Amino acid sequence: MSVRRIAEAAAAESLEFTFDGRPLRGQPGDTVASALLANGVRIVGRSFKYHRPRGIWSAGADEPNAIFDIRLRGATQPNARATMVALEAGMEVRSVNSRPDAERDRYAFLDCFGRFLPAGFYYKTFMWPDWHRFEPSIRQMAGLGRLDPATQPAGATQRNLHCDLLVIGAGPAGLAAARAAALAGREVVLVEQQPRFGGSLLHRPARIDGLAGPAWVEDCLALLRDRGARLLSSTTAYGIYDHRLVCLWEQRGEGGDHLWRVRPRQIILASGASERPLVFDDNDRPGIMSADAALAYLRRHAVLVGDDIVIATNNDSVWPAAAALAEAGARVTIADCRRTPPLPAPAGVELLPGAPVGLVEGRNAVAGVIVGTRRLAADCLLTSGGWTPNVHLYCQHRGRLRYEEARLALVPGEDLEDLAVAGAARGALLLQEALAEGHRAAVGGGEGPRSEGALASFHIEAAWPDPRSARRQWIDLQNDVTVKDVALAARENFRSVEHLKRYTTLGMATDQGKTSNMNGLAALAAVTGRSIPEVGTTTYRPPYVPVPFTVIAGRRRGQLFAPVRRLVLEREHREAGAAFREYGSWLRPAFYGEGSPAEAMAREAQRARETLGLFDGSPLGKIEVMGPQAAALLDFTFYNRLSTLKPSRIRYGFMLQENGVIYDDGVVLRLAEDHFVVSCSSGHVPGVVMRLEEWRQDRFDPGRVVIHNSTAEWATLTATGPASRELVAALDLGVDLADAALPHMAFTTGSFQGQPLRVARVSFTGDRSYEISLPASHAAALWRRMREEGARLEATLLGSEGLMILRAEKGYIIAGKDTDGYTLPMDLGLTAPREKRQDEYLGKRSLFTEEAEKPKRPAFVGLQVEGKEPLATGAHAVERCAKGFRSLGFVTSSYWSPNLQRPIALGLVEAGRQRMGEEIEIYHLGNLRRARIVEPCSFDPEGERLNA
Amino acid sequence: MQCFTCPFCGPRDETEFFYGGEAGKERPEPSAEVTAERWAEWLYGETNSKGPSREIWLHLTCGEFFLMERHTVTHEVFATRATRGEEA
Repeated sequence: MSVRRIAEAAAAESLEFTFDGRPLRGQPGDTVASALLANGVRIVGRSFKYHRPRGIWSAGADEPNAIFDIRLRGATQPNARATMVALEAGMEVRSVNSRPDAERDRYAFLDCFGRFLPAGFYYKTFMWPDWHRFEPSIRQMAGLGRLDPATQPAGATQRNLHCDLLVIGAGPAGLAAARAAALAGREVVLVEQQPRFGGSLLHRPARIDGLAGPAWVEDCLALLRDRGARLLSSTTAYGIYDHRLVCLWEQRGEGGDHLWRVRPRQIILASGASERPLVFDDNDRPGIMSADAALAYLRRHAVLVGDDIVIATNNDSVWPAAAALAEAGARVTIADCRRTPPLPAPAGVELLPGAPVGLVEGRNAVAGVIVGTRRLAADCLLTSGGWTPNVHLYCQHRGRLRYEEARLALVPGEDLEDLAVAGAARGALLLQEALAEGHRAAVGGGEGPRSEGALASFHIEAAWPDPRSARRQWIDLQNDVTVKDVALAARENFRSVEHLKRYTTLGMATDQGKTSNMNGLAALAAVTGRSIPEVGTTTYRPPYVPVPFTVIAGRRRGQLFAPVRRLVLEREHREAGAAFREYGSWLRPAFYGEGSPAEAMAREAQRARETLGLFDGSPLGKIEVMGPQAAALLDFTFYNRLSTLKPSRIRYGFMLQENGVIYDDGVVLRLAEDHFVVSCSSGHVPGVVMRLEEWRQDRFDPGRVVIHNSTAEWATLTATGPASRELVAALDLGVDLADAALPHMAFTTGSFQGQPLRVARVSFTGDRSYEISLPASHAAALWRRMREEGARLEATLLGSEGLMILRAEKGYIIAGKDTDGYTLPMDLGLTAPREKRQDEYLGKRSLFTEEAEKPKRPAFVGLQVEGKEPLATGAHAVERCAKGFRSLGFVTSSYWSPNLQRPIALGLVEAGRQRMGEEIEIYHLGNLRRARIVEPCSFDPEGERLNA
Repeated sequence: MQCFTCPFCGPRDETEFFYGGEAGKERPEPSAEVTAERWAEWLYGETNSKGPSREIWLHLTCGEFFLMERHTVTHEVFATRATRGEEA
């Protein structure tokens, strides 16, 4: 027997799960990692590049090897760290980068070619003829977990929290801090990434204030709960962002994960330290583990990691592990790099001083360890090369590190104004220091908890990677980076640590180099003849651990990613067989009925001209501008003068940007001297409101003009076509429809079922039209009446696409479609306000620049072609030149006109007005067609149908 | 995610705000007397200061424009205040 659960605890294996298809059992309280060890599993995966067998290294977030795709309840979590996931019954655990499984991997042969595959190998070798030809098969052999769109996890619930103090990490320092703060009356949130609170107190021997470690943890938790603190376990603080926003990922198993966005007034970072490996030949064999992890598995999960255990170290921190493992029945030898270890060997443990590991025997498991001239029989090799403080969040918050020679570690320098670091995260590895620092960070001074029985010395001596070794020594286990790779990078002059990282990929795997960073820096320092502080370290960026996008996105997925706006009459349109499309965030009927879309659009466009079309124009802007300065505000923000508009009349107008370019077109209704409605394009409502607000607040007296966007409060139902007057008359709206009383570009008020409404003579089709606006709550009833009365008049429902054809037949523009980011109003032939207006308005000066007065500006024109096929929208008008073609502009809108029985098109063409009647060439996807430049309006140019 | 204090609504996440340009720029008028250079400066000239900066922001949810003094490197916000009745 090698790694196993110790006998007394083995009875309670009640949770069934599978690993690479093998059925296994574990216990409540297990992590996936501890359950695998309890089942004797040594090989948990294959390495990223060389497919070498790898085993579990740690018991924490720094685990580089035990990375799994875990399927449970129909959802797959890719690249989960086995050390951080609580075991649940029914889990299907699958090793990554192995085929068919971790034990028998068919790409294992790759390792034989290892010396031919140094850093940069793939990029250097597969350059010719094209890296992309090789990439798919190389990616197939390398890589980690797989995403499965069919089984993606649900989005996490998003929660916001404000608090006084956030304590990150619930080990001794974090608990001491939280306890002191709670006792001082502060509002505390305490988070711990492991399923259990306590950190090292759960496995390293100590008594605090007279209680055993785990009992003191429980005592603290009870006190914190009593004081109303919020305690979050299985929760990782993965990033600190601007203005002290801390993001927490809480893993809740069946309950569904939570993403917390916390804004604390103060942060105490007590995130502990990670034990780093010693680096020697073949130091990646399965069965080589962190010494502290072995102690954690023994104390927390009753898992004994081996029978013949060698512990290689350069410091004192392994002593408790050695003692406990020996006590649990293993044969334990400490191979100490130091010539004179300061502590005596624990009871039952052999201590070899001055004994660095030379070689590890065994391929798929540790079989023996060569130390100097001695061969030690071993099935497990524990190592400790010292401790690396988990300073990630401190550095993310712009903290600066300093190198501390006594601890051989980069530790936080000054505390930040709103973030203090305490305990092992600051290099305080001894329990009493950690407790005192935590207490001080919370309340500034005073007596902290007292500990006894804990290890009281550290004494580390440098044992950094030796670049001279002939065999491979592994620094970054997850990305398969060796000491030789570092040396190669240095030889190729990648001397900056940031360059080293990117060239060798050291520290770039999902573990972000938690175990490898310091050894990498030390190796680079050694090969370049510099000190570690001279080499420096790479930048720490969030997230601290990989966080699934499903957690960050929450419910902002699918339909909720960018929710569409829906019409109040959507149900009625669906019942009428509407095909819906999105138009500037609104979901609107494109056309109605069965058959091909093109036929449906043409049918609707034709019938609307023959008899009557009914159109739901509710998204049209209805922005009310009110107050004594309303007219002045509109005069300034519009190209057209609006103060001269008479009440109950309507004017078509343009809003320009300050650079003169057309932003929007629409109509403005004057309800009263001091009350207007701006009916802008549906898609531009928010933008027009913002522009009106900007100038209202910046230029006018905001107390004398106000803006109210009532678009959603009013529905607008339109009747267009020769029979439209007859239809509106039949609705009994109490409105005089005689043209003398209600001419084109005028409106009047009426009522329907006791509700006020407006009937406006505005036309986007060129035919007689009535736009009826009424409170949205009564839209369905009026629409029903319009359809009933319309049936008698052979009406058609008109979708947005049919309306597009009708307006193009008339040469009416859509701002943003028939104009672009260069179009000035003069380009559309709208020159009068520019020539006449003496007052200031938005964009005015830009209409008089050199560019605006160029003779060959683009002009809005119609384009007529032979044949039945419409031009492609976006096709270029071209002229021939020495180099081939030169673009003169492009087609902005193009349709088959059912009413003219020929294609129609609109476009912006250089000097288009001067070319009127000329034939030009239109280029599209290699084909040339000839088109004649004509007036934009190709249907009823006299406009007689407006009053027909 | 930065946190800005709207003078009317209090502290809110940065996603509720919209940048409205540098403060203190005055629209040159009347148009007929504005040189092309002066107009180009108004349209496109930005100080883009590295460090303390005075800016106009819009709180989208309440629709109010206001003045914000902040540091463009550290992202520290020194002050926000309504522009109403003051030069901005």
